[in-house]
Amino acid sequence: MVQFNLPKNSKIKKGNYFKSEKNLKNIKKVNVYRWNPEEGVNPRIDTYEVDMDNCGPMVLDALIKIKNEIDSSLTFRRSCREGICGSCAMNIDGSNTLACTKSSKEIKGDINIYPLPHMPVIKDLVPNLKQLYEQYQSIEPWIQSTKKSNGTEGLQTIQDRSKLDGLYECIMCACCATSCPSYWWNGDKYLGPAVLLQAYRWIIDSRDEERQKRLKKVADELKLFRCHTIMNCTNACPKGLNPAKAIGSIKKMLVTEKSS
Amino acid sequence: MSYDVINHEYDVVVVGAGGSGLRAAVGLSEAGLKTACISKVFPTRSHTAAAQGGISAALGNMCEDDWRWHMYDTVKGADWLGDQDAIEFLCKEAPQAVIELEKYGVPFSRTEEGKIYQRPFGGMTKNYGNGVVQRTCAAADRTGHAILHTLYGQALKRDTEFFIEYFALDLIMENDKCQGVIAWNLQDGSIHRFRSKTVILATGGYGRAYFSATSAHTCTGDGGGMVLRAGLPLQDMEFVQFHPTGIYGAGCLITEGSRGEGGFLVNSEGERFMERYAPSAKDLASRDVVSRSMTIEINEGRGVGKNKDHIFLHLNHLDEKILKERLPGISESAKVFAGVDVTKEPIPVLPTVHYNMGGIPTNYFGEVLAKDADGSDKIVDGLMAVGEAACVSVHGANRLGSNSLIDLVVFGKAAAMKAAEKVKPNSKHESISESQTQKCLDRFDKIRNSEGSTPTAILRDQMQRVMQNKCAVFRTDKTLREGLSEIQEPWNGLSDLSIKDRSLIFNTDLVEALEFDNLIRQSQVTVASAENRKESRGAHSREDFKERDDVNWMKHTLAWHEDGKVKINYRDVHNYTLTNDVQYFPPKARVY
Repeated sequence: MVQFNLPKNSKIKKGNYFKSEKNLKNIKKVNVYRWNPEEGVNPRIDTYEVDMDNCGPMVLDALIKIKNEIDSSLTFRRSCREGICGSCAMNIDGSNTLACTKSSKEIKGDINIYPLPHMPVIKDLVPNLKQLYEQYQSIEPWIQSTKKSNGTEGLQTIQDRSKLDGLYECIMCACCATSCPSYWWNGDKYLGPAVLLQAYRWIIDSRDEERQKRLKKVADELKLFRCHTIMNCTNACPKGLNPAKAIGSIKKMLVTEKSS
Repeated sequence: MSYDVINHEYDVVVVGAGGSGLRAAVGLSEAGLKTACISKVFPTRSHTAAAQGGISAALGNMCEDDWRWHMYDTVKGADWLGDQDAIEFLCKEAPQAVIELEKYGVPFSRTEEGKIYQRPFGGMTKNYGNGVVQRTCAAADRTGHAILHTLYGQALKRDTEFFIEYFALDLIMENDKCQGVIAWNLQDGSIHRFRSKTVILATGGYGRAYFSATSAHTCTGDGGGMVLRAGLPLQDMEFVQFHPTGIYGAGCLITEGSRGEGGFLVNSEGERFMERYAPSAKDLASRDVVSRSMTIEINEGRGVGKNKDHIFLHLNHLDEKILKERLPGISESAKVFAGVDVTKEPIPVLPTVHYNMGGIPTNYFGEVLAKDADGSDKIVDGLMAVGEAACVSVHGANRLGSNSLIDLVVFGKAAAMKAAEKVKPNSKHESISESQTQKCLDRFDKIRNSEGSTPTAILRDQMQRVMQNKCAVFRTDKTLREGLSEIQEPWNGLSDLSIKDRSLIFNTDLVEALEFDNLIRQSQVTVASAENRKESRGAHSREDFKERDDVNWMKHTLAWHEDGKVKINYRDVHNYTLTNDVQYFPPKARVY
């Protein structure tokens, strides 16, 4: 039976309201999705009034301020705070992005924060990314070459190396994959934009000798061709990469590089 | 409350999945040892990802180079506090280690000939200090990211078993040896006991002891904390590196490679002041030298900005093509965190805590050292340490830029080989009592159920401000004595800790408290070691003892932590090399 409504225990309830103590001039309301698996109750939205005059510029700064000063139970991942580790990916103001590089000022009105969509939630803003990590492993993200090491480095032309630009920078934050409707519906089978971009990173590396094997491995109606060029992935990528283009390139290679 | 403990048995357990932990895990898996790698974050989120400029190795791709020159530069950069046998090992092994990374698939930038691109870096010279050499191998300005992702792939290839988002609580020490480690699975809240014949700590630095650091929030020196709790010493903790170019305000790193590619620092008078402090190396002097010079400029009223409290880094004279190809990452960081277009405006920068030269004392195989009753070095059975968590010591009193990434892979590999030599695969584990496990869980339970009134955030803030104000670039007897007494406050505050979240699944309130416990111990040890060392050497600069004192202080500090008090002793600096391929470099004046 098709179910169009959220199951009962997933319906989001109104949560707690944390009013700022003083009459401050520059208050912003931050609405955050909260769910604690150990409480056995429905998720809720808590609202925190944050004094933006005494807060760093990024959404992550606001979240840390809430955790430090208002509610230490608020749970989210964070590490590098400079957009390189990919820990603090979440849905902010309706888009998936990194909290550490998303400026609060750019957001008009309240700041609404949810976990990355369509992933099982571990707690609050922490999604379970196990599926994505397993898919990443499935594309064998290591170089495959039979060349014997003779103690000297392998050569690669500047031109060949430049083919990796726009690919190797991926930080696996999952913003792209979790913004993709195809991945929402078929995430168990479709590899999704993040993993396909990584697959292409190895397919196109001139040093790798298993291009045909790699192409064959992803050439599958579900693994690859569930991409319908919706382009949400490219719009979402906080590093400015273009997973949709990488997927397009794989599809093109499958046509132009038919192995004998 | 009692906890169900899930037991595991491994030949070797690696704690930490950054560059050194992953390199060790790769080597261990390759050697056929049953290996577990525990990490509190997914491996590619480790702080190695943030390393930018590159990895040093005398490959000689751009100009003539020699590993002995690299060794001399490292000895001098370390202000002669490094152990020269270990430094010889590092610099000699470096070229093969980088070639191995290339074979693993690291996407290094390339020269016209297709070789690995190398850039100039601070303190890296040719022919024993005569001119600049290009020795730092780079993947644009994302070298750490590229290496970390590649090493994770290599570990997956070798089927290393990962335990991801497991927070290590304590070492199991019994019969004078390390028997394993206890960890808390954040994802489901369960407690795990990993028995192993060797534990390799690869837990990184403790930069977050300071208020302003380039370090990630997760850089809380968990391995150092565990070692101190186990009654073992840490070494040379007074040596904390300030990176000259953290973005003013945000603290995010701007690579030294930006100066390697031709960038320079300017004061409020528009002067390239580094020419005065380091006439020969200028902006590419060692980090301690540049950070001190910047601090003096600011203290003497020549800082820039409204409050004259920072310095400008100019890259706007560089070719846009160079910026785009070689420094794209920091161009983006400058835009996001300083609102600066590097092609047009200078970046506001400030010396910012970046790296801990000190750490868990080891030999160059990664075996952890302590002292026996008669004061000589003693290997701690079953325990190894690598990476920033360790103090081998190759970086001595000041690390050269790009020497940390090479440290990770050279010593990560060396530790794996040593463990493979010592541990027989699938051999039986000694039986141990439950007392150590119980002690660890009692501490965990006590902190978890803290019912005081001070949240971790307040204690952490107190600690970070004391460290920032009293144990910074310049130190005096007065600031350090004040620091010693003030750092007791957040330590004592632990008895009044408040934890709001009592749950076990992804309880980051509790994680932060446990991390604070690790940080505060290392902070106390750092201030005490700094107060104790009455000389200036490398990153430890005392205004009341301005000179290096080789007669009295050519020795490593060892510091133990007992109930909030620090006990200090010493180890000799190794004044010999490993082989006859190179001669010992005797100390001399350090001029750039």
